[in-house]
Amino acid sequence: MYVIDRRLNPGGKSLVNRQRFLRRARSLVQRAVRDSLKDRSIKDIDQEGEVSIVRKGVHEPTLHRTSSGGNREHIFPGNKEYVEGDKIPRPPGGEGQGGGSEAGTGEGEDEFRFVLTREEFLDLFLEDLELPDLAKKRLIGGTSFELRRAGYTTSGSPASLSVGRTMRNAMSRRIALKRPKSEELKALEDEIARLEGLTPVDEDQLLRLREERDRLERRRRLISYIDPIDLRYRRYEQHPKPIAQAVMFCLMDVSGSMSEHMKDLAKRFYALLHLFLTRCYRHVEVVFIRHTDRAEEVDEQAFFYSRETGGTLVSSALEKMLEVVRDRYNPADWNIYVAQASDGDNMASDNPRSVSLMQEEIIPISQYVAYLEVGREEDPMAGGTLSSGSELWQAYERVAAPPGRFVMRKVHHRREIYPVFRELFQRRGVGVLNR
Amino acid sequence: MIDRVGATLFEGGDWNFDLIRRIYDAVEDIALNEMKLDVYPNQIEVITAEQMLDAYSSTGMPLFYKHWSFGKQFLSNEMLYRKGMRGLAYELVINSDPCISYIMEENTAMMQTLVIAHAAFGHNHFFKNNYLFKQWTDAEGILDYLEFAKAYIMSCEERHGQQAVEKLLDAAHALMHQGVHRYPRAKVRDLKAEAVREAERHAHQERIYNDLWRTLPAEAKQEPTVADYRRQALNLPQENVLYFLEKSAPRLEAWEREILRIIRLISQYFYPQMQTKVMNEGCATYCHYRIMTRLHEKGQITDGAFMEFLQSHTNVTHQPMFDSGHYGGFNPYALGFGIMQDISRICTDPTAEDRIWFPDIAGSGNPDETLKHIWANYRDESFIGQFLSPHMIRSWKLFKLDDKEKESALTVDAIHNERGYREIRRSLARQYDIGWMEPDIQIVDVDMAGDRHLMLEHKVTNGIQLAQSDAEQVLQHLADLWGYDVVMDEVDGEGGRVLKQHRASPRPAES
Repeated sequence: MYVIDRRLNPGGKSLVNRQRFLRRARSLVQRAVRDSLKDRSIKDIDQEGEVSIVRKGVHEPTLHRTSSGGNREHIFPGNKEYVEGDKIPRPPGGEGQGGGSEAGTGEGEDEFRFVLTREEFLDLFLEDLELPDLAKKRLIGGTSFELRRAGYTTSGSPASLSVGRTMRNAMSRRIALKRPKSEELKALEDEIARLEGLTPVDEDQLLRLREERDRLERRRRLISYIDPIDLRYRRYEQHPKPIAQAVMFCLMDVSGSMSEHMKDLAKRFYALLHLFLTRCYRHVEVVFIRHTDRAEEVDEQAFFYSRETGGTLVSSALEKMLEVVRDRYNPADWNIYVAQASDGDNMASDNPRSVSLMQEEIIPISQYVAYLEVGREEDPMAGGTLSSGSELWQAYERVAAPPGRFVMRKVHHRREIYPVFRELFQRRGVGVLNR
Repeated sequence: MIDRVGATLFEGGDWNFDLIRRIYDAVEDIALNEMKLDVYPNQIEVITAEQMLDAYSSTGMPLFYKHWSFGKQFLSNEMLYRKGMRGLAYELVINSDPCISYIMEENTAMMQTLVIAHAAFGHNHFFKNNYLFKQWTDAEGILDYLEFAKAYIMSCEERHGQQAVEKLLDAAHALMHQGVHRYPRAKVRDLKAEAVREAERHAHQERIYNDLWRTLPAEAKQEPTVADYRRQALNLPQENVLYFLEKSAPRLEAWEREILRIIRLISQYFYPQMQTKVMNEGCATYCHYRIMTRLHEKGQITDGAFMEFLQSHTNVTHQPMFDSGHYGGFNPYALGFGIMQDISRICTDPTAEDRIWFPDIAGSGNPDETLKHIWANYRDESFIGQFLSPHMIRSWKLFKLDDKEKESALTVDAIHNERGYREIRRSLARQYDIGWMEPDIQIVDVDMAGDRHLMLEHKVTNGIQLAQSDAEQVLQHLADLWGYDVVMDEVDGEGGRVLKQHRASPRPAES
């Protein structure tokens, strides 16, 4: 008998199978992940979670009999009152074999529930999103390097041995030192053999040739074909890599006209944005600006969780943003992105100013500006194509911007947040937008 | 308390490897010297809960090839486990030589004792001695074979792409239940046995000789037709679909045939387990109960540990009644253990009724030997059919319901009384008969002269047809493997009438 402790064996034996399952059910799982978003609170938007997909998509068929119809016999334990010949009305839905063996597992036939890890969840969730037009690149202090070829070196790992260069060195050394070629040796041997074959043997000549042959052989042994001195390795050098730095300005309206619902929509949008940026980009900074009739730069915590109210002056936020740009983010070095969310209920007199700020100052320095208008849940205009939009919306519509640079979207319901978000940051194929 | 000799093996729940060894020795002493069990050498492996989950999702085997369906299994087990909806098994045992038992690290010392008695001796004895396992499985070779299968499938994935292999495995899995030989091939006899048999046959003919037969007009002998030759050449009819495909499918490549063979052999390996669930678990439960009780009698486990044991033992052997709300069919542990306990009672303390029903074993006085004989020579169906006693039927209050398609209500056909015993026993035994559990599906012919479509037949019994959508999906897989159309008739077992026809055409291969 042996007792073996297997506890220290590497776990995760099922990992490959698990990944294969997720890959197979990818589209289903992806949809489930995205649907599950609307039920999550802002705080645990990026936590691991339970998802359910339709069982049919991952069903494994077998040949088996139906569970209803035909003539069947059943045996049950626990008879209390029945005697032979009693009639019992047929239970609705057909008496399954043994009354449903699935019942104990507590899950429905139609959906398959399981838990995704945080990583799996986010991967599915943020698949193919990117910041558009991340064009300005610059060298900044040492986080990113790439290896570049830089000549040859006499030492290195066998993997980086440069065969061509090594052989070339060997050959030139052999030529320089006059290493006897194997053909010369062969010719000499032949000559010796020929002379030995002749009847009057020319002993002198033979002796001379033999000495010559021994000399050549010794020389060949001394001067090796490849010598350690010939070895050359490829040399690599670390080279700093220019990287794109980006800053995302999140401008949120928190004025009195924004209802709880609207704020929730806006915050959800920014939560997604924040998640996306922090997960997918290492060199993206996020600046949170919230405004009423005054704007202030706040930290993440205050932005998402604190309450504030007041009138509305959209231009204040735009000005604040420009101020921050002047202070910290030189447009020549930084890719600037702006995401603005508001209910569009701006003071009428402020609209022209907002539009001009946007058009004259912000769009020219930005890579991409997204304006998200949040509406009431049951907006009467929500479905109509004639939706006129708020005053700010109408004003922004007049903003002239290069194509693809300035985008506006409306959101009325939680479930629309994710699709709109995706639409705004979908990875664009080459040539989709002419730039 | 009975004579308490020796010191207890452990106090409290903690265990260490030294203790496992001492527990094993104590259990082994009872199992081998008192019960005279016959087991493969044991190998006990301690694993974590996570590893148990892994093992769960590869049908309990320590190594298995990769496929998404095992991932699905894993996710659903993990979910149930995490939510606390289902505990993990305390052990897992593999029919191999040496017999590998997994025990979990979080088990208490008492649980480890129970598990060793249950798996390392109960299941182990059953695996080694039951005729089905002897006939169908190769305990010595299985792990090596799985290793080969895993490596082979992996190399196919490298060579032919993961997608192609996955598609093939999907199809093979769908047909897995149609991939077993149900009858063992006849063993080649030696010449001496052959001579004996010939003599017997001759004697038999002489015994039944009657001159009258000569006077019957000779029946015109039918010439075998082309179809007969064809069927003979293809070994048709054939119920092992995977075998047929492996040997005869025209468009499969060599590696595809090899993978089909792997799946078929694995399916065959599990075939005895499907037919002996009740007996296997019953045997293991009976053994652990005997051994634990004996350990307690000998004073090797404390009263407290014994109480703890009884608690989990009763949990395992609990059978909810049909109207309790927890009913989910018969609990194989409870049924097997119940009948075996009953057999033990019949052997030692039979009633007059038992003497009528079980004249062979009643009062034999040696339950262990009787049970060992039963474990070796029966499967679930024959076991229940022989040994479900009136006493058991009464104590479980079994009753039989008839569900006839034409009638609007169900009828109570038999209950636990004199008139009902046999009917209940017959019917319950039939539920465990593999021939009834699985639909009877055979490949009957191939249209060689025409479009090469493959013809299958499902012999419908009791008017219960195949589940439609699954049948169509499986046929689709089958058509993909066969390479041409596939047609399956559902034929009424009694009248021979075709009730339904399914048809599938192969999907074009993806480039």
